[in-house]
Amino acid sequence: METFLNRYRNVTVLLLVIFAQLVLLAVQVKNDRDVRMIRVWTVSAVTPAARVIEWLRGGGIGFLRDYIFLRDTQETNRKLQAEVDKLKVENTFLRDELNTADRAKALALFQARTPSRTLAANVIGVGAGSNSKVVFVDRGSVAGVERGMAVLTPDGIVGKVIAAYPTASEVLLITDPDFAAGVISQKTMVRGTLKGQGTPMCKVDYVPSEEKLQVGDWFYTSGDDRVFPRGFPVGVVKIVRPGQPFQEVYVEPSGIQRGLEDVLIVIEGVHQVIPNEPPSAQPVYIAPPPAPPELQAAATPMPTAGTQADKLRAQYKAIGDAQNHKFGESGVGEKPVNFNLKPPPAAPGATQRPPTPAQPTTAPGSRPPTAVPQPVPATQRPPAPAQPAPAPASPPPPVTDDVAQRPHTE
Amino acid sequence: MNYSDSERILLSSQREGQVSRFRFWVMLAVPLAAILFQVYVPLFFQFLGFLEMPLLVVVYFALMRRSQIHGLMIGALVGLAQDSLSKNPLGMFGIVDTLVGYFAASVGVRFDVDNVILRLFLAFFFFVFHQFFYWVMTRALLEQPLTFEIQRTLILGLMNALVGIFLFHFLDKLRGSV
Repeated sequence: METFLNRYRNVTVLLLVIFAQLVLLAVQVKNDRDVRMIRVWTVSAVTPAARVIEWLRGGGIGFLRDYIFLRDTQETNRKLQAEVDKLKVENTFLRDELNTADRAKALALFQARTPSRTLAANVIGVGAGSNSKVVFVDRGSVAGVERGMAVLTPDGIVGKVIAAYPTASEVLLITDPDFAAGVISQKTMVRGTLKGQGTPMCKVDYVPSEEKLQVGDWFYTSGDDRVFPRGFPVGVVKIVRPGQPFQEVYVEPSGIQRGLEDVLIVIEGVHQVIPNEPPSAQPVYIAPPPAPPELQAAATPMPTAGTQADKLRAQYKAIGDAQNHKFGESGVGEKPVNFNLKPPPAAPGATQRPPTPAQPTTAPGSRPPTAVPQPVPATQRPPAPAQPAPAPASPPPPVTDDVAQRPHTE
Repeated sequence: MNYSDSERILLSSQREGQVSRFRFWVMLAVPLAAILFQVYVPLFFQFLGFLEMPLLVVVYFALMRRSQIHGLMIGALVGLAQDSLSKNPLGMFGIVDTLVGYFAASVGVRFDVDNVILRLFLAFFFFVFHQFFYWVMTRALLEQPLTFEIQRTLILGLMNALVGIFLFHFLDKLRGSV
């Protein structure tokens, strides 16, 4: 036996390794469970290196701009040529910077506008395999990302998180054949299921043949899938073919058309109303110009009871006022304030209410249709009705995330 | 027809084959860099997405080590790492790369793998083998409708083989012989 094993040692080891991996594969497929440990090891080994490379890339561009180009300008004998070269490269660099700034601005604007709570993330890698439609982003479970969260850009949905590791997350793109999401058309409110095809186009399944759909119609998320909140753009219809019992509808996804570099992960989704106009025709919210300094000073409210300490201070002041005592002005030996007495009730009509933060003023008529949110957490209530809701008198302040507003490092 | 020593591809005995040894950091860093390349570079240069660097690295190490056990082990490890970074269950790339590593090492035992033409052919062959076997496994084990485009695979195989020649040449500089 021993001789036999020695003689066929290589084949034996090969069969053992293959068998072990087959068992591993079978366990995963049968139980529909992942062997997370190995993935965590690999992702933890690869993503820090990817981050370092990304950092070096950003630093390298800065170095090129600050050192090499600057030195070129000092070469007076070839000044003109150097100037042209420098401007060319600089132009490319600035275009890149402008794109980055535009993207960051669009993200920030979108974040402020959407009622959903989102987290900005950078794409740091793509999934292994030449047919892969998976990307890795630099935010993981430490930052609050969980499996199943929606990923989008201001232009539309991008995909969903299929695995969250401590420092990174894996995102299944909208074009992957395993991807599916509930969608609804903007004009006719036709519902369907968006499916990736492994190609740049996605298919919308289960659209009955009697429904009217045209090329150029927009699809939005319907919220039925409990992953994507209602009202986010999905894409524009490119092909409609009749069929029985369902039409063949192909959509060009809008979220990934400009490439993927910065994305938003929806930490807490809120359903929105589907706007009446396609995303490209929607007006952009522009904040009013700042008031003159003197008006700003007059309009700035006093910092009142915002924190627990402020509330206590107001309470003690009321007790002191009731006993004709002014704090800080009493002499030595005077009767101290009795804090056991309750403060007098407020005068009728002068209701005590916590001060609200100043509402941002909005340019008249410049509020986009998408900025009329229905603050319904996606995970708690069914999707909002399709009819556009009337605009509230004062829209709720946008939910922002301080983590998401970090400066862009490029 | 007489062949000179430099033109000979088939080794007359296993002793002729010189086993290449690599430092530990090379064995660790090169596969990691190949995986990193596959994950990171296509993000900025999409046209480089066709490159199967981890596969080329497995083929190279298996060929040069001339040990079937070493070949299959490095294939399994690199394959599992690739699986970890994909959405598929662990083991798909693992099994394919294990087989590639084993067969590449088997070839390395019998042939003079320093020959450029042979390297080109082997890199091409193992790319096609890898893609085909992966397709078979995806359909058979996962029942996923993956398509196998023979023309595209052959072209990509050729391009990978050409890149493999330069990669192997670079990696030759990192090896030490015993």
